[in-house]
Parts: sequence; C-alpha cells; structure tokens
Amino acid sequence: MKLHLTFRLIALLFLMQSFSLWAQDARPMENDAVVEVQVQRLSEQLRCLVCQNQTLADSHAELAQDLKQEIREMAAKGMSDQAIIDYLVARYGDFVRYRPPLKSTTVLLWLGPFALLLVGGFGLFIALRRREKLATDTPLNEEESRKVSELLKMDKES
Amino acid sequence: MKRFLLPLVIFLVMVCFLFIGLNLDPREVPSPLVGKPAPMFSLPRLDDPKQAFSPKDMLGKVWLFNVWASWCGACRDEHPILVELSKSGLVPVYGMDYKDTREDAQQWLQQGGNPYIATAMDADGRVGINYGVYGVPETYVIDKAGIIAYKQIGPVTDESLRNKILPLVKRLQAQ
Repeated sequence: MKLHLTFRLIALLFLMQSFSLWAQDARPMENDAVVEVQVQRLSEQLRCLVCQNQTLADSHAELAQDLKQEIREMAAKGMSDQAIIDYLVARYGDFVRYRPPLKSTTVLLWLGPFALLLVGGFGLFIALRRREKLATDTPLNEEESRKVSELLKMDKES
Repeated sequence: MKRFLLPLVIFLVMVCFLFIGLNLDPREVPSPLVGKPAPMFSLPRLDDPKQAFSPKDMLGKVWLFNVWASWCGACRDEHPILVELSKSGLVPVYGMDYKDTREDAQQWLQQGGNPYIATAMDADGRVGINYGVYGVPETYVIDKAGIIAYKQIGPVTDESLRNKILPLVKRLQAQ
C-alpha cells in the first residue's frame, strides 16, 4: 500500500515538471506539434553563436531564443530542414552547424583524426618491430659460454 | 641523445599549435556575407519613427554600417572612435540600434555624442539575424554597389580603423 503511494507521488512529480517545462516556453505558435518537433530537431543540430559550445536547444541566450523563433516561423511555413539550415548557413556560416559539411576548408577536420591514427599505428608498428629484433636471442660463441659457466660456478661456490 | 629528438620535435610542434591557438579569437566567426549584397530592409529611424532607413538609399556610396545597442558594454569602448571618425568626414557612418528601446538609445546618443547620420531601429532583432549579427557591436563596410566588403566583429579600434577599415574604404571609394 505504502509503495503504491510513493509511485503515485513520483508520477505526480513528473507530471508537474512537464507542466512547468511547457509554461516556460509558451508562445502562440507552439500549438503545432509537428512544427515543434522540427524546431527541436533543428535546434539540436545548430550552434548558438553567443555561447559557442551549446546548441540552440540548450542555450537560453537571447540570440538563441530569437533564432529558434525564426526557425519556428520558417517551419510553420513548411520549409524543409535543409532549406532552414541553408538559410542560417548563408547568414552565420558553416560554424552554425554542429555537423560541418565535408569540403576543402574542413578536410583537415574530417580526415585529421584518421591521419593521426594512421601515423600512430605506423609508429606502433615500427616500435614493436624494433623490440622484436632486440628480443631475438643471439647465440654465444665458445669463449662466451666458457665465461658464463665459470661465473655460474663461482656463484655456486660462494 | 637521438632518442630524445623525436619527443622533442613532437613537443615543439604542439607548442607551435597551442601558441597559434592562444592568439586566435574563437568569437571571430568568418562571415559568409562578405562579398555578398547587404540584405535589404526598411526600418524606422531612431530620431523620427515616421521616416524609414533602407540600405537602398545608400547605393552609389561607400558607407559604414555599425550595429550597436545601449545595453552593450563594448559599444561604449568604440563609441568615441566612431564619433571621431564621423567628425573627420572620411566615410558616412550609419547605425542600427539592435534590440533596444528608443528612450535608452536616445539617451545613449545624447551622452556620448551621435556619430550616425541616421540610425535604424531593429527592435526585434530580425534584421540583425539577416545580417548574421551575433555579438554587438559589429560593423560592416558596404561598397557603392551595396556589397558587403568587410565585417568587423566586436568594437572598432583605432588600430582596426587605421590598418583595415580606412584603407579599404579609400580603395572602394576610388572604384
């Protein structure tokens, strides 16, 4: 019985929280669920230019709110994701996108990690090869083996 | 000795990269609008809301378009420089008051002097978005054909004016 009550309380808490989330952003055009989904999807892919390591979705900067509103209006007009992203890229540059496109200026960004991996892998290969060479045993000549047994004998005697 | 050479080289290369990185300003995002026509708009003027300001009126002239706001701290730094520039008469300076109220903006201009021939009021920031504004102040150099030739992000300084903006303006005016 007691457990039951706890669950109810938790459910109520969750419910209250979702209400408060709605209350924060309520604006006239948010009634359209389809548009909201698109705005949410896009704002997770776009960078807030004021707080540069946040997406538009995460950011509460004023510019981010404005841009979200702009996106919302474009989405309401039925523009596609690509058209909206293009619109923003034309004004803010590729930097506004969290997933930069592959082109001549971003080649290093895309291929750099693989190049580093390749260099690292090559270095590891060389190092391992060198170590292998060191580990191969070199046979002793007669003089050396005589010395070894002599030393071992001395060790035993002492 | 030789075995220390490679780590040393790697270390020096890293130092180089980090040093260059220290001198980069991550806030300076290159604008894709440079080389493109300045977006058109028509906005009410700060001094007289019944009159409109549009970049179309400026065709045939080289001009500076300075985005500012009374709430912006860095604008305070560049303001005297703009006042000085407008007194020199080298290039006409127009302003856009970004997301601001008329009273605050007018008070600001009364206090610091008004370097602008006209100021457009972008109260809701929509024209700002069209211009790719993300940090006020920003200043655009616009040529006779209405093409954006340069964008300065952050305050105009004596240095940037002398080394970058004024030589560019002179070159564009001669075209």
